[in-house]
Amino acid sequence: MTNEIFKEYSKQLPGKIIDEVKASVPKNITKAKLKAIFKEIVEEYDSMNVAPGECVGLVSAESIGEPGTQMTLNTFHFAGVSEMNVTMGLPRIIEILDCSKSPSTPMMEIHLKSPLNKGTGIKEFAEKIKETKLKECLKEISVNIGNSTLEISLDKNKLKILRVTSAKIVKALNTSLKGYGVRETNDLIIIKPRGKEDTVFNLFKTKEKIKGMYVSGVKGITQVLPVKKGDEYIIVTAGSNLKVILELEGIDPVNTTSNDIREVATVLGIEAVRELILAEVSKVIDVQGLNVDIRHIMLVADTMTISGNVKGITRYGVVSEKSSVLARASFETPLKHIMTAAISGERDTLNSVVENVMLNQMIPIGSGLPKLTYGK
Amino acid sequence: MATTKFDVTKHIFVPKHIIISDREKNQLFKTYSITLRELPKIYSNDPAIKHLKTKAGDVVKIVRKSPTAGETVYYRGVINA
Repeated sequence: MTNEIFKEYSKQLPGKIIDEVKASVPKNITKAKLKAIFKEIVEEYDSMNVAPGECVGLVSAESIGEPGTQMTLNTFHFAGVSEMNVTMGLPRIIEILDCSKSPSTPMMEIHLKSPLNKGTGIKEFAEKIKETKLKECLKEISVNIGNSTLEISLDKNKLKILRVTSAKIVKALNTSLKGYGVRETNDLIIIKPRGKEDTVFNLFKTKEKIKGMYVSGVKGITQVLPVKKGDEYIIVTAGSNLKVILELEGIDPVNTTSNDIREVATVLGIEAVRELILAEVSKVIDVQGLNVDIRHIMLVADTMTISGNVKGITRYGVVSEKSSVLARASFETPLKHIMTAAISGERDTLNSVVENVMLNQMIPIGSGLPKLTYGK
Repeated sequence: MATTKFDVTKHIFVPKHIIISDREKNQLFKTYSITLRELPKIYSNDPAIKHLKTKAGDVVKIVRKSPTAGETVYYRGVINA
């Protein structure tokens, strides 16, 4: 009975309001009463709509900018763990909105499947994900000047955790070092230059080089930290490599996220980026205890993703997309824009705000927007 | 380590993408009196619509989860990469 009314009004009102009404009215409400309630709601809702010609962008800019002045300028914060920092506060906001190539603290939150999310074996799993270099699984590396060789003794315990055999390391060393012979004896790996003896200087140089050799794990993940979030365990990482991590076995790819905007754009697509911008900006604002309506952030996120690529709010990003020369020139580097426009003979149709302000004309906002036309 | 293929359309950040028919497309252009050029864009090789095999000129309907409205519908015009 009443379902028809709900259906009827679902065209005029967003789903969330309909659901709220459904939850709060009594079950046996009469049709007439429900209709009366909806009439009131529709009236209220329509009066809250943004009027045509309202300059929403300007309102957004002010609404985000004003609380921004209250923000702590430079905060690093990470759930009480000092060795892992996350950029927060204003620097992070700037980073997101400018859409810089690489964030200063890329991070991932890796959600896990059972039984790892209960905490069993999570430490070993985290160790396996972490990018391990040779220097981290060494006991000792020494230069034998007499024989002109390098002697490596490996940390057996560490290798056991990583499930890497010493044979694999020998193989990796063989491919990465040219002109050296690599040989394994009981506990040592001996690296000997082929042909004539190497200088001591070169030996030391090689020693430093092989210390940084990749052994195991996911490239780009520099730190791992298992933490309890709610009632399940997740792994927070410093460094990000979404593409590889999402396809690992044992993790829950659906909820696993990264904070690197460009990486999310290539792996998950443009709509995912919009969600990420929304989530990241509101996270920063919430942490600071500020209150910005999410619609303002949505507008910014939509603007940044409108062209199919992520574009930052910079002169190379969304500003360069503006059709008006004068509007572009009024942002940054005016001379450059005016010169290139003059050379290519661009036309400015004066459709937007800034160029009309410059020319002392009515701006197309609010009551300045409607124009008179002849009827046929 | 063992790996499995992951379908990105299942990720929490990726909303549902649907290609709309020509009839719906014309209806959309008529209701908002717009052209294809004025729609926001999406590349045909975007990971979220790769499996749909779209071509330039198609319109993708995106059903987003919204914190303010519950569910919102958004449209993007497909362009070639």
